[in-house]
Amino acid sequence: MDELSQKLNKGDAMTAAQSPQKQKGPKTVDMDHVPNRLEEEEICLEVKDFELFYGDKRALHGINMKIPKQRVTAFIGPSGCGKSTLLRSMNRMNDLVDICRTKGEILFDGGDIFQRGVDVTDLRRRVGMVFQKPNPFPKSIYENVAYGLRIQGINKKRTLDERVEWALKGAALWEEVKDRLHENALGMSGGQQQRLVIARTIAVEPEVLLLDEPCSALDPISTLKVEELINQLKEQYTIVIVTHNMQQAARVSDYTAFMYLGDLVEYKDTDTLFTNPEQKKTEDYITGRYG
Amino acid sequence: MNTEDYTQHISKQYNSDLEEVRSHILAMGGMVERQVVDAVQSLVEGDSGLASEVISNEKRVNGMERRIDEECTRIIALRQPAASDLRLLIAATKANTDLERIGDEANKIAKMAIRLSEEGAIPRGYIEIRHIGNHVASMLRQSLDAFARFDVDLAISVVREDHEVDVEYESAMRLLVTFMMEDPRFIRRVLNVLWSLRALERIGDHSRNISEQVIYLVKGKDVRHLPLKEALKDDFKDKDD
Repeated sequence: MDELSQKLNKGDAMTAAQSPQKQKGPKTVDMDHVPNRLEEEEICLEVKDFELFYGDKRALHGINMKIPKQRVTAFIGPSGCGKSTLLRSMNRMNDLVDICRTKGEILFDGGDIFQRGVDVTDLRRRVGMVFQKPNPFPKSIYENVAYGLRIQGINKKRTLDERVEWALKGAALWEEVKDRLHENALGMSGGQQQRLVIARTIAVEPEVLLLDEPCSALDPISTLKVEELINQLKEQYTIVIVTHNMQQAARVSDYTAFMYLGDLVEYKDTDTLFTNPEQKKTEDYITGRYG
Repeated sequence: MNTEDYTQHISKQYNSDLEEVRSHILAMGGMVERQVVDAVQSLVEGDSGLASEVISNEKRVNGMERRIDEECTRIIALRQPAASDLRLLIAATKANTDLERIGDEANKIAKMAIRLSEEGAIPRGYIEIRHIGNHVASMLRQSLDAFARFDVDLAISVVREDHEVDVEYESAMRLLVTFMMEDPRFIRRVLNVLWSLRALERIGDHSRNISEQVIYLVKGKDVRHLPLKEALKDDFKDKDD
């Protein structure tokens, strides 16, 4: 009986706390939606008059843009518009393409990343990248995440254990794999593999994460998990994502850039771009009209 | 942006879905406009037959409201519309609600018309009813035209006109109050006239709302509850009055 009355009292207390009528004073709700403003952001990467050529073909035509720190910036646009090229330039992944030349600069941390003497390995540690298809190494889950750390010369088991756990937790994968850390990573599902790759990338604590269509090979549920992850990660990292899925861009990003045939057509806060774009081309693309 | 933009989607089905919403809003608008005109006429001429027609048509208006909302919900769920397509659907659902409310107001007026024809007419207030009735019916027609042609200028003029209706309503009310004080025997009947005027004034407000939705649809700007001049200062620098 006592227990029951206690429970009842508890219930009362809860409803009293929740019901707005019983609160003292008027309840104020902040309804003002303030759109993101690029001018007020701290800048992480700055692209200046950047041009890129594959042989004679100019793939990027003088791009100028600022990527804000600890925000998610999405690149959208039809195939061949240069969005992946631009993304890959940000950690000099295009160096691997023989016929590729660049002009202009990309400033990161005050310096041009294309300058002579820039340590590309270090750049790629600080600007990590995740690709379209999950590409785990044919090693154990643990070794996949520890790989980058070992390359950095970290070999102490305790440090490695801690960092692996931290990275897997950061990639929202820890709960699913903690009991099978030493099984082969190729036995994981596609969605898990992609999150493993993200864990591998964040294990070395980069400053920027470049995601090149990270969800295009995933099912909708895994996609939502990765999107949720992106949302959490932006508190620590600057994220740039290329996606063909416009709804995804709209959901996860703070800023969106629409690119078309090597030009940056429109770049602004995601809310405005998806509800009231300025350029006709942007409007046509996001509403699915003839370009 | 113009009306033809809605026919250029890669998906033809999408084109026709959006076009259908648009034409249904206009069809419903036409129906509601007829209701308003008939209701006012039935009241002014004491035609209770016409009034009952208005009352029985109300069901059709309500049916259309449900149908348009269903269509909009379905398109939003299936197509995840963006930009102008999204604005069209949002504006359509809101205009839809306003049109249905206008239908309700017309229904009220028709009920008053029946009551007044039973109780015997009074000689006061009818000129005002006819005048304000014509005024709001034309506002409604213009706001529908603005919706049909995506005509922002016309929408703006409707928004401005609403203020005139408010002034006319105020002065008509003062007149009727004086009349009630002069002759308390008529209070009951004058109140019916007064409520009809009130309904007409509300129709003006709803027409204004529809026009505001047209501005949102075309310009992407929410001008509700703002002075027009301030809300559109970037777009109409040369047009301020």
